[in-house]
Formats: sequence, structure tokens, C-alpha cells
Amino acid sequence: MKREFDILIIGGGVVGCAIARELSKYRVNALLVEKECDVAMGISGRNSGVVHAGFYMKPGSLKAELNIKGHRMMPKLCEELDVPYQRVGKLVVAKNEQEVECLYKLKEAGDENGTKNLRIIDKEEIKKLEPNVEGIKALHSPTSAILDPFIFTIALAENALRNGIRILLDTEVLGIEENGSFTVKTTKGEFKSDFVVNSAGLFSDRISEMVGISKYKIYPCRGEYHILDKNKRDLINGMIYPVPPREFGGLGVHLTPTTDDNIFIGPSAEYIGEVDNVANTAEIMERLFKEAKELLPKISKRDLIRSFAGIRPKLIKANSKEPGDFVIEESPDVRGFINLIGIESPGLTAAPAIAEKVVEIIKKKMKLKINQKFKPKRKAPVRFSKLSDREKSELIRKNPNYGEIVCRCETVTKQEIIDALKNPLGARSIYGVRKRSKATCGRCQGGFCIPKIVKIMEELFQPPIDDITLKGEGSQLFIGKTKDLRR
Amino acid sequence: MIQKEIDIVIVGGGPAGLSAAISAKRNGIDNILIIERNENLGGILNQCIHEGFGVEIFKENLTGPEYMQRFIDEVEKLGIPYMLNSMVIDINSDKELTVCCRDDLYKIKAKSIILSMGCRERTRGQICIPGTRPSGIYTAGTAQNLINLRNYMVGKRIVILGSGDVGLIMARRFTLEGAKVLAVVEILPYSSGLPRNMAQCLDDFGIPLFLRHTIVNTHGNRRLEAVTIAEVDENLKPIKGTEKKIECDTLLLSVGLIPENELSKNSGVIIDETTGGAIVDENLETSVRGIFACGNVLHVHDIVDFVTLEAEKAGISASRFVKNKLERYEMIKVNPGVGIRYVLPHFISTKRDVKFFLRVMKPGRNKMILIKDENRIIKRIPKLRVNPAEMIRFELKKNEIKGVKELWIEMENVN
Repeated sequence: MKREFDILIIGGGVVGCAIARELSKYRVNALLVEKECDVAMGISGRNSGVVHAGFYMKPGSLKAELNIKGHRMMPKLCEELDVPYQRVGKLVVAKNEQEVECLYKLKEAGDENGTKNLRIIDKEEIKKLEPNVEGIKALHSPTSAILDPFIFTIALAENALRNGIRILLDTEVLGIEENGSFTVKTTKGEFKSDFVVNSAGLFSDRISEMVGISKYKIYPCRGEYHILDKNKRDLINGMIYPVPPREFGGLGVHLTPTTDDNIFIGPSAEYIGEVDNVANTAEIMERLFKEAKELLPKISKRDLIRSFAGIRPKLIKANSKEPGDFVIEESPDVRGFINLIGIESPGLTAAPAIAEKVVEIIKKKMKLKINQKFKPKRKAPVRFSKLSDREKSELIRKNPNYGEIVCRCETVTKQEIIDALKNPLGARSIYGVRKRSKATCGRCQGGFCIPKIVKIMEELFQPPIDDITLKGEGSQLFIGKTKDLRR
Repeated sequence: MIQKEIDIVIVGGGPAGLSAAISAKRNGIDNILIIERNENLGGILNQCIHEGFGVEIFKENLTGPEYMQRFIDEVEKLGIPYMLNSMVIDINSDKELTVCCRDDLYKIKAKSIILSMGCRERTRGQICIPGTRPSGIYTAGTAQNLINLRNYMVGKRIVILGSGDVGLIMARRFTLEGAKVLAVVEILPYSSGLPRNMAQCLDDFGIPLFLRHTIVNTHGNRRLEAVTIAEVDENLKPIKGTEKKIECDTLLLSVGLIPENELSKNSGVIIDETTGGAIVDENLETSVRGIFACGNVLHVHDIVDFVTLEAEKAGISASRFVKNKLERYEMIKVNPGVGIRYVLPHFISTKRDVKFFLRVMKPGRNKMILIKDENRIIKRIPKLRVNPAEMIRFELKKNEIKGVKELWIEMENVN
């Protein structure tokens, strides 16, 4: 394959993929490398999936500017890319007078940042909007939205790929040499590039260090979540947030509906040692449930279907007085090296705006010609469960694979599994299928459908047994065939 | 879309569904349809290749597939229609089913429906096991499917959480395959599996059982590398300082079965929070007239033979319903009392002899099952041993319950 590029992007999270897609509007030779077996494997897939309206961010910060801009770009972008997006709105709920004060501060910041239609509402109106929620006053943000962060990242990557950007999965950067241009050493060999974009998220400080910039340090801050069964979706209409805690760890344990009709409970905020420790802990699992039950008394532990955790790549230490800002810059010391560091919340919302900013930086250094063949649209594969009976029937008659339900909990058909496995990026793990088709996401958590998905993998690719993985190399599902241990 | 009208639709072609279908057919209903989501009839028993089935009914010790084959042969012989690879995706309160299969979407209007969808396994998410989420964590039934039906070996150093029957059977299966089962970990002070499985699957192979223990952590980001177990106190909370790390590549979960009633709920059937199955009367009729339930979708059984017997009853009731011959008596309530987890059926007429199923809360010796109404003890049934893993069956004759307004079933110690 080609080994020389104009621009090399490190990291297939939402930011890296948004940059790739933005660059694909121009005629450039660009490569995106991702160390995992798929895109959206890090923090991009481990968050609340919220399109923030911008009132949490400190006025004048880069976070505020790019949040507001990203929020405005999102509806059109999600439509172009066929990404599930719902403007469900948000309530930040105050439980006492002291918290009410905070609501006004948030509103003030939002108004200054340019958040639209923020209102403080009283108890009666809270009950009207959210009959199951208790509070004395609330900040209502009708333009806050949710999206599917996996599908969003995948869609950005697929669209970039279609418009000419190369994407290599399972490709880890091992070192970078700078000598006029860059030589990037990876597990898939060396690549030369004039520009390097460091969008490595939790690993961005390490990548930065590879070119001798050691002034940044990422402080990993873990957030744990529970996922509620979709049969509880009707308990809330939109997002329910508490007043944010004083420390700048996170926004407080909140309830966020997902575009698949689950509800997320979380996240916690806990500074930890390692950037890859996405384990859940007993104490926080217990506390999350307790806090959620205070907000929504009608839930029980039986309604939990899964827990997970994500890690915020923070540039600030625990108990900092200042929230910290995004770093997005061409390094003054290393020309052509563009650093994106500390891209935590609202990174998902801001991603398209961050991408534009990065491309502006590149434009100053390099002439970018418009890609006349750029196709902004991407069509998502069919989601059978979202169709009417008539549409379902028509589809099955055209293709019987739509008549075979593989995942019973989420009603995912064989054709959707095939579509997920034959995705343009070539990602083939169980997680890859899960993110794209939503098979295994339901209440049985893949107990019934994983054997069936493996069978479809066999039909399509006849993979060697070691290639059947949960989430890439090292996560093999099987150790061999039966009788192997007896040989 | 294809429209159909069927007298009795049976949702699920496992042990309960086939037995119900055969019984309905023998009771004079021809327009029957069994809808099965898998590619074969037989349900979960297809993967239960161990023996121990059929002792009650056939007085023979059969494997799961052998047991099922007798019913499959009977279904074929009687010419009962069935659809395979077909999934019911909705049932409404008018008893209209939406079925997805490779030909088309079917809309089936049923006079009567028998729910026999079985159950699913409780997962790690529902019991909130802390730790990482690597590959190598399987529910016992999924591992059983992969090993017995697909010939995939899921691991070689195994820890099993929960001493439910599927977990015990899999402990033996793994050992026979050459894997090492390092521990079976049970949070309760007693096993939740049948005594015979404890003996034949663990004791015979020297597999250690850790009672009053649970898993408090899983390690490894890609493939499971270890689990940490810990002792629990009387509130089932882990005791600090008792943690022990066990290196393993596989964690098997055998932590309970949940009747799969999502479809039942769509149709308006009311569910008992304790059993997870429908609330039924002595005809096994649910809160929706003409919808009946049997087998593990009604309550999780210990022995398949009892599923078969229960389903026969559902088949008879549904056929009587279709022929307008199901008597509509006034029903009285049956309540689980002290020491009893649940008792079925929930409602009886007192006009007929009734067979009951119950499960106790805790294991014990020298107990007495008391059947009471408001004023008196109607009957005493002595039990030398009781065990939550084993269902208890008993019968009340109509003359014993004549005129009774409400029933309570309790358990009492015998001195």
C-alpha cells in the first residue's frame, strides 16, 4: 500500500474521524490510523451520547465556542450521515434553594455562550414535562439532544473513506521521527507524512511526547454507568441532570435516554491511575443506582442490563479550581504537528467544529483544493425494528434474510448482521456488530445471538478461530474446538 | 403480508410447546400452529446432551435430544403444522400475532394462544458484577450451546458463579472436555441446583464448591485473566479481607433463569413478580381470556417431565376454550404463606381436583406443608426434606376444598 501522505491522523475516535471527514472535502492524501479493531473504541463510545447546548462551559473558552458551533452543526450533519439524533431536551433539576442559585448561574453562562431558549421553570412545569421527576426548580434546555455516538463516529469514518481518506485499523503508533516531514512507525510499518494530527484522546500526551513535546499530561478520570432496560424508557421524556457538583470532575450522575430507548445512569467521576482501566467498581455501581433511584423512584435493580465505564482525558488534576480547556494547536516547536489534547466533554458535540478548526490550521500551511467529487451523504443500513409492518413485509419479500431474526431482544435480522459484518471499514468483531446493528445490546446481552452471529461470520468469511473476537486481538471468544484439549 | 386464522397458536416449539400441541390435537383441535424461532423443534433440550430426562414420564433415563425426539416424532405423526426459523415479534390483546419468517411477515388471528417461550439466563449486568468486561464471560447456557451444538471450546481454566443446574452440568462437561474447573462459587449457604447434579457433576469430579462466596471483581481488558472471589456475610455482602484471586480464562454464570415474557406483556397478560411468569388459574389461563401459559415461561421448572405434564394441561384447556367448553367458575385466590416462595396456580375454582406446584424459600428437614383457609388447617403434608431447587407437587381433591373462600399455603417445622 501507499506509504506517503500529506496528512496522517492518529486516533479513530469521534474527533479523528470528524477531521478525516472534513479533510475529505479537499483533494488530500490523508491516512487515519487507529490502534483498536474498530473506530469509537475509546471515550467516543463510552459517554452519555449527548449533544450539549453549551451552558455548562465557561464563557470565552474554546470549549464554549466549539460546543455552541458543534451543537448548531449537528442536526444537518446527522441527517447527511443518517445518524440517529433526537432533540429530547434537558432538565437540570434543583432539589433545594442553594441549587436554584446554580441554575441561574448556568443560565447566565448559557445566555452568554449563545445557548438558545434556556428557561428556569417551576415545580408545576417540571411535573408537566417530567411527571416522574421531583425538583423545586429546573433549568430547561429544549435544544439539548442525544445521538448514537458509535454510529456517528462510524458514519464520519465511512463517509471519509468513501471520499478518499485511507483508514487503517489495528494500527498502533510506536514512534514518530521528525526530519522536515514525519516518519510514523506503526505496527503496520512506517508511513511518511507532512502533517501529523494527534487526536489520540487518552493517549494524546504520549503521542505528543514522541515528537518531544512533554508539557502535556493526561489525568484519566473514570466515569461509570449503568444501562436500564428499554421497558423503562417511558419513565422520562428527556435528559434529567442534577446541578453539577462543585469539583470539575463531571456534570453529576444523570439520566440520559439513548436513541435505542435505553436509559443511561451515570457517570461518576473518579481520578484513576491508568488510562485504560475501564472496570466498574462495586461502590460506585451501588452509589449510581442509589442516586438514580432518588431521581426516579420507579426503577429497580432488575431493570439494569449492563454497566460500563469510560475515561475522560483531562488536562487538569483532581480538585482543580478551573475547568481546563481544549488544546487545539499546531505545535510552536514542531512544525506540522497538530496537537489535540484534553478533548473531553463536550468533545462529542464539538467534534465537527474541532474538525473545521484543524482544517483551518492546515489550510494556513498547505493549499487545499476542493474535492469536487465529495459526497456529503451516507446511507445507514436498514434498521428492521424501526419499520412499519408493511415495510417489513416488503423487505422480507425482496430479501429473506430480513425475515430471520437473529437478536430477539432488539429484533435484529440476519441481513442487518451481514451488513454490519460487511461494513466499509472492515471491522469484524462482536463489538463491531453490536455497535452497528445493536444485536447483543438487549436484556439477554448476546446470550442467544452470539452463537448465531458466529455462525454468520463463518458463512461469510470462514474465519480462522483466532479471528473470532469480542473486540479485536487478544479478546478471542474461543480457545479452540471441542476435543482439542484431549489431543 | 400473509394473513391467517388459527384456532390454537403455540408460541415456542420446545418441551412445553410440543406437549401442549399434542394434547390440543388429541383433544380434537386440528387447526393448530406451532411457531418456533430456531431451525429445529426441541428448544433448549437440543443442547442438553446429558442424561436425566424422562424418568418421571417414561421411566427411562434419556438425554435431552432423545426425550425431545419422542415428542417431535409424535408431532410429525399427528401431522401438527409448525413453522421454523419464525419469530413472533408481537402479540396484541386481540390475540393477533405478528410473525417474522423468511417468506414474509405473517399476521395470525388466533382463537387461543399457548405461551411456551421458555426462559433466558440472568446476565452479569443484572447482578452487577464489578470489574472489566473482557471476552471469556459466558452464561452457562450460551457456553453449553457453543460447546454442544457448535463444537467450540470456550476456555480451559474455568470458574463458575452460581450452582444452578446448568452451571453444574457444564462443570462436568468442561471437565470431560479436558478443561479445568477451578471453583464453583455460590453466594447462598446451600446449592441452588438439584442434589443429584451436585453429586454427579461436582463431587464425582472433585470440583470445589465455595458456598457463601461471590465474585467481586473480574480482571483483564481483552480476555479474562482472573476473577476475585470473596466470602459474604448474612446480608450477602462481601466481607473485606476475604478476597482471593483465581487465575482463569473463563467465567461461567449460572445465576438464575428468567421467564421470557416480553411478548406476554404486550398482549396484556399480568405477570407475577416472584415467578416472573403469568398469573394463571387452574386451567393455566392467564389474565387474558384464551391465552394460556405453560413450561418455563410460566415458572422455571426443575425437571422437564413436569413441564410436559403442565403443558398437556394447557393443551386441554385451550382446546376446551376453542370449543366453548371451558367452564367459567368463580375463582378463589391461592396465597404463598410463611416459608413458601410461590405456589401455582394463583386461582382455583374449588369445583375440581387441582395439582399445585410450589417452591420453598430455604432448604430444611422435617417440615410440614400446611394448607389453610381463613379459619382452619385443611391439610398437612409432611416433608422429610425441602429444597428451593426442587419443586414440590401436591394435589387437593375437590371435596377437601369445598366452600373455601381463600387458600394459604405455609411451611411449618415438625418437632
